[in-house]
Amino acid sequence: MSAALLVSVLRDPDVVSALDEAGWNALIAAARAERLIGTLALALDERCVPESVRPILADARLDAAREARQALWEADRAAEALGEPVLLLKGTAYAAAGLKAGEGRFIGDLDILLPQKELSQAEDRLIAAGWEWVKEDAYDDAYYRQWMHELPPMIHRERDRMIDVHHTILPLTARPTPDVEVMLADAVPVTDRLSVLAPEDMICHSAAHLFADGDLAGGLRNLWDIHCLYCEFRERRPDFDLALLERAAEHQLYAVVLRALRLAHGLFGSPVRQLGAPIQADYCLRWSDRLFIARLLARDGWGRETRKLLRFAFYVRSHWLRMPPLMLARHLLTKWRKGHRPV
Amino acid sequence: MRHQLSLTIGPASFRIGSAWRQPLQQLAELYEGYPRPSGETADFTVRLEPTALLRKWFRPSIFITGDHGLADAAPMSLNHGLLAAEMGMNLQMALGWRRHLLLHASSVEKDGRALVMTGESGSGKSTLAAQLGERGWRLMGDEFALLDLVTGELLPFPRLVSLKNGAIDVIAAEVSADRMGPLLGNTAKGDIRHLVPRDDAVARMRVGARPALLLFPRFGHAVDVRPVGQGEVFMRLTQASTNYVALGEAGFGALTRFVKHVPARAIDFPSGEDAIAMVERLWEELA
Repeated sequence: MSAALLVSVLRDPDVVSALDEAGWNALIAAARAERLIGTLALALDERCVPESVRPILADARLDAAREARQALWEADRAAEALGEPVLLLKGTAYAAAGLKAGEGRFIGDLDILLPQKELSQAEDRLIAAGWEWVKEDAYDDAYYRQWMHELPPMIHRERDRMIDVHHTILPLTARPTPDVEVMLADAVPVTDRLSVLAPEDMICHSAAHLFADGDLAGGLRNLWDIHCLYCEFRERRPDFDLALLERAAEHQLYAVVLRALRLAHGLFGSPVRQLGAPIQADYCLRWSDRLFIARLLARDGWGRETRKLLRFAFYVRSHWLRMPPLMLARHLLTKWRKGHRPV
Repeated sequence: MRHQLSLTIGPASFRIGSAWRQPLQQLAELYEGYPRPSGETADFTVRLEPTALLRKWFRPSIFITGDHGLADAAPMSLNHGLLAAEMGMNLQMALGWRRHLLLHASSVEKDGRALVMTGESGSGKSTLAAQLGERGWRLMGDEFALLDLVTGELLPFPRLVSLKNGAIDVIAAEVSADRMGPLLGNTAKGDIRHLVPRDDAVARMRVGARPALLLFPRFGHAVDVRPVGQGEVFMRLTQASTNYVALGEAGFGALTRFVKHVPARAIDFPSGEDAIAMVERLWEELA
């Protein structure tokens, strides 16, 4: 399993000294497939890397630098279009705040968070500034608006970059309901028109996104984000773990955040400590964690997805988390009729 | 994967995996004269996978992907497996190459200086490069020309030349049969047959040349030569490059220098012979 190799190298870069040609090929393919090649390139010491691998890593570092530059430019454009400070989420936020999680990170779309009451005004302003809807499908559009935590994705017609406008953390149908008002109120400014979530909320959001929403596609990178964020915040504040779990409980995300920390500790060695009363935290892996780990590492030395059945199970789970059974049945039937097939 | 092959073309190396033997066997035969990477990590991984589980055996259908891929890539029949492997390598270059400015162009070299030809599919740039490559020029590539970001030199990418439809017979009449690949009929672009570049093109695949002339060929029109302004050249080359945006300032610098120093002409021609005469004449005048 090559994703496992990737994890062991990210955890301890010295592991690469034992790699042969096949090992390197597998490592590079897995890192590209998991979109962790930029992270890998920054983690490795040039001197321990064979001649033929150096240019590959140099390319990845250049790509990552460009990603960050473009992402910050795009964030600035959004702030300009909206005419007020913008709260950034995920990759762009990590880059804007200069966090270790942002170094070398692939950044795809621009994700921002707004209070729901400002949503329709924001929509108008973005459209006026050149963004347009990606999906012209009436069902999808209605579905997003009624049930999702974000507007349907928009793309800028000249720059070809996507923006996801969130108004809360999880789909409205999901069981936990994190307190988005609190998150908005505690945001931390990084420039005069960009801000990011407070440290605890940043991890709560990332963990919610990873374990309470999606099907774990790209999950390894998200877990790496959580690991980097946690390590950095914990270094700044030794009792950060307490503050984080307390905050997670307030957002109804205690179980989700604890799972994120258990897995980050299990895979990447995040420094955790057992906690007793009043906040309990036990970082021994549960049997269900093994399933998550198996899913996160389902990638071979050619960069192919493996464990199709497990992947499908997590795909089904993502829908199960998102909606009650009857609604799910109706949704899947509609999508099926439209020709959508799960991979 | 079940079957695999490693190849080096110009500055790039590939590791190609396939669920079927046939595409790689054909590829290995045609690339026999190329150097084989040994003990190196490949720049790119290419995969030829069945589009669905049963499609490995039952009406085999190839999904082309790799380090870089397109989710909506059209499936290909196993009969076109050789073409699929070539497309897989092109896809990696187009989406992933960062060490040079990549121009969708053919190029040939003479006396250390390069002629670059760019245009849309069907413009005749591939055929013209192949013909020149048989007449005293060194073929540098029929698909991608690589512009060095620091030195401004043009580097070769001499993969197999992909000949289409009418061009197949024209070239097949000029070269020995062992340099021609199998005829691939009814592909998305019609009939396709691959040509193995001459030995010198392969032997000197790491030797660059100074770009000296840029042509925008157009096949199927009456003979005509038109000057092209630097602004238009710049815009057309940004469109012909797949990594211009990704390279940022370095790409802008390299392209600006190219446009300032390399004379450019648009040429129309009704036949290959006309084209060759025009190229030789313009080369004498301008390069």
